[in-house]
Amino acid sequence: MKRTATARILLLTVVWCTSWINVPAQQPRPAEPNETLIRNATLLTVTHGTLENSDILIRRGKIAAIGKGLKAAADARVIDAGGKYVMPGIIDCHSHSMLDAINEGSLSVTSMVRTRDVLNPNDVDLYRALAGGVTSLNLLHGSANAIGGLNTVVKIKYGHPIDEFIFPGAMPGIKFALGENPKRSNSTVLPGVTRRYPGTRMGVEEVIRDAFTRARDYKKTWDEYRAAVARREKNLIPPRRDLQLEPLVEVLEGKRFVHAHCYRADEILMLINIADEFGFKIKTFQHVLEGYKVAKEIARHGAGASIFADNWAYKIEAYDAIPYNAAIMTRAGVVVSMNSDSDERARRLNIEAAKAMRYGDLTEEQALKLITLNPAIQLGIQERVGSLEVGKDADLAIWNGHPLSVYSRVDTTFIDGEIFFDRQQDLARRADLQKERAQLEQAEPNRPPARGVSPQAPRGRRPSHADDDLWEGDIYQP
Amino acid sequence: MNNQRTGCEGQQPGGFRESSRRSKRSVDLRTTADDCSHPEGVPALLWHPSRVLNNLPLPTGGLRYASTTGYFLSRLQREVRKPLFLLLALLLGCSAELSAQQIGNPPSEEGVTPPRGIYVIRNARIVTVSGPDIENGTIVIRDGKIEALGTNVSIPSGAQSIDARGLSVYPGMIDAGTSLGLVEVGQGASGTVDTSEVGELNPNAKAIIAVNPHSAHLAVTRVDGVTSAVTLPLGGLISGQAAVINLVGTTPAEMAVVPYAALVINYPRVGNRGGDFGGEQQQPVNLTEALATSTRQVEQIRKMLKDAEAYGRARDAYAKDKTLPRPDQSVMLEALVPYVRGERPVIFRADRENEMRGAIRFAEELKLKPVILGGDDAWKIASLLKEKNVPVILTGILDLPTREDDFYDTLYENASKLQQAGVRFCISSGDGGPNVRNLPYYAGMAAAFGLPRSEALKAVTLYPAQIMNVGDRMGSIEVGKMANLVVTNGDLLETRSAVRYLFIDGREVKLNSRHTDLNDAFKNRK
Repeated sequence: MKRTATARILLLTVVWCTSWINVPAQQPRPAEPNETLIRNATLLTVTHGTLENSDILIRRGKIAAIGKGLKAAADARVIDAGGKYVMPGIIDCHSHSMLDAINEGSLSVTSMVRTRDVLNPNDVDLYRALAGGVTSLNLLHGSANAIGGLNTVVKIKYGHPIDEFIFPGAMPGIKFALGENPKRSNSTVLPGVTRRYPGTRMGVEEVIRDAFTRARDYKKTWDEYRAAVARREKNLIPPRRDLQLEPLVEVLEGKRFVHAHCYRADEILMLINIADEFGFKIKTFQHVLEGYKVAKEIARHGAGASIFADNWAYKIEAYDAIPYNAAIMTRAGVVVSMNSDSDERARRLNIEAAKAMRYGDLTEEQALKLITLNPAIQLGIQERVGSLEVGKDADLAIWNGHPLSVYSRVDTTFIDGEIFFDRQQDLARRADLQKERAQLEQAEPNRPPARGVSPQAPRGRRPSHADDDLWEGDIYQP
Repeated sequence: MNNQRTGCEGQQPGGFRESSRRSKRSVDLRTTADDCSHPEGVPALLWHPSRVLNNLPLPTGGLRYASTTGYFLSRLQREVRKPLFLLLALLLGCSAELSAQQIGNPPSEEGVTPPRGIYVIRNARIVTVSGPDIENGTIVIRDGKIEALGTNVSIPSGAQSIDARGLSVYPGMIDAGTSLGLVEVGQGASGTVDTSEVGELNPNAKAIIAVNPHSAHLAVTRVDGVTSAVTLPLGGLISGQAAVINLVGTTPAEMAVVPYAALVINYPRVGNRGGDFGGEQQQPVNLTEALATSTRQVEQIRKMLKDAEAYGRARDAYAKDKTLPRPDQSVMLEALVPYVRGERPVIFRADRENEMRGAIRFAEELKLKPVILGGDDAWKIASLLKEKNVPVILTGILDLPTREDDFYDTLYENASKLQQAGVRFCISSGDGGPNVRNLPYYAGMAAAFGLPRSEALKAVTLYPAQIMNVGDRMGSIEVGKMANLVVTNGDLLETRSAVRYLFIDGREVKLNSRHTDLNDAFKNRK
């Protein structure tokens, strides 16, 4: 009973707090027009070069036409984007935004847990990412475990019901982690507390090997059972389902992407060897700070790399990181993306991508791919998003200058043809919001007590850390 | 339920929690105290290092402490801010510490101060910052200084000449809020961290003493055009003295521009929350206790500064008249004398409106020369800052807005609002070291949100120099100024621009660093 009561209070608190904090989510949305025509913009298509003074026609959420002098229906929304730039929505291949929990850090293999179960659509940082031109996120479990939980790929449909966030058709994935985080090397073990296994890079390898050995046996058991069913044998007892091993069987069958957090060259090679031995592929190495040292091995395996632009020295295994990582791996044939792993950095991934031009001289198009098409490929959504092409989803943003310039900002962000961020609308709302805020501050519950304990503020809806790697040192590093 | 109540995932007995907020501000010198900074049920105020060190009884349940100053260090500084952590690490032998000697050593030539020479940069677009741009201009560098400048300049014989056709010359950027050289690797190598001394009041802790001239961060930073920095100690209430340094030199003395440039005070923050409804831990703060604590802390600082003022008078009186009783010498108070006399600036680290107002009042009362470092809420008190002529070093431009209902561009716009109000300000990365090279993008973001581009450039060159009282020597391209120059192939603040030549103190500095060296070593591996 007590529990229920607490839960109810919590629920009420959440309802109360979401009812006024997330004002953008509360605004009634005008009915979306069937068609939107963006005119006279510079289109950074990513796959078909830069088109000057061109139009892009959006119809029912898809890019219907790209060209000059396009005509739209009479009731279409027409946006004159003269002097402005349109680029595909940015895809962040490593995010912990909108997760109410990041790490199930109690075991070294937690393939049975799902980020899908802890999504919070009201996270205000989603709106801030939209304002940076981001439209899709790969929501990953944290890196505390050698084998972590399952990911979720979303479109940032801020203000919509949670089900509409889920990216249709994205490949399911799972988080792996190597190095300091899964071995917990930066956490303090207190007297009397048993240290979690593994504690070395040897143990991390063994944990993964053990898990896949069990998964292979489990798959065999099921394969044999299914074969027996197919042979119409009688009195068969199905094997017991194992929710921890099922996702790993999917990895073995190529039905689930592995996104593996890693740093050092040796551990990258270690995981490639295990994957080769068990016959699966690593889809992306995440962070992969020393990827440049073993770029050809990563390319040969066929893995992608999702990295920081220039983060380094925040811990020992990050001391050999260099900002030329993107360029070296790209030239070796690796599909590279630039991720945020941070609600803060997610807002300016355009600048992170531009750093690959500064360090290693990637071209504009290569730099843009780092945050558009390449992460789309890494998530299995490249047929839907990642470039401006007819037939693709209308996930894009209008920028007031070239998006690879430090002086540019986003004017409007579309997802499936619908506007989810618009700077002019945002500015127009501010006076009202300020008034509302002033009223709320006058409200009874906000009056400071004469003395003693202040009123209980609503619980933060989620831990607001976001960095995978800039924040470890205990079980809860993401 | 534990997690639910604290709102901090992973808060569990015995766990050594990291601040969840910290990650957001991972590139900051400081984060707010609005984080999961204390174990469940224990007000952060109890978790003070001095308490720990004095063997005061500790509440059970965790080891994370929060500083009552309300300031937290980034992960780069956190080891040192946690004396207890260090103690435990030693006792348990569980840390994988590396010694400072094992890391940070750059290739040999990077560690040796290059010679000064006579240089001529010709045919360049010279962005002087303090005056109009000069097209097709020439700069003569000699004896560490800019000797001549203009379109019609006689070229000294024996000068090394650089044809800068198509290139631009800028003054080197200056980041006024770093801990460069005081920390190499923040996590897992606490032996390399020298940011925060033990205890609350350390006015004689001098950053210039501990700056490692052979930190790999220095070359990494300078090759991207940041030639100078203020490096700050961070601990306790009075952290110590910051130095203005050039980012080249074999010894700290060779790096020092102003070895004792400013006193650093972490202005006490009331409680650990306030204003922020979106945070993680929601233990109610006992306001009475929090107020009492911050008042006590302010009083601690006040007492020490007043003692120093009296000490200075007694010292001077004795110097004139030896018949007076000879005052005991105190290194602590001696260090403070120039600051309490208003001869050198005092940097108050403060982000919230209340703290900034408090710091300004405090400085006025004690006749200090205040500078605000942090300044997230500065736009709210722009008129006060203008009226009192208090400059602000903004470190939060690229932080997430403090409050959930802040507008998305609140901090992007901060600089623009201060500029419009006529407040003296400059822009800093607020980073401990590794990411100081990103300083131009902080300024660029401010420019994307309303700050004129020329002001954005000044905010990372001339303005920090002026705020640190070295505006007569650095921060712009003028005859007689220190030859800290960056030659680029484009706009200094643009991400895609590349640095082509670099001069610091009239010395041509090679454009290699730990990063270019690793790149060279691996880029052609077959």
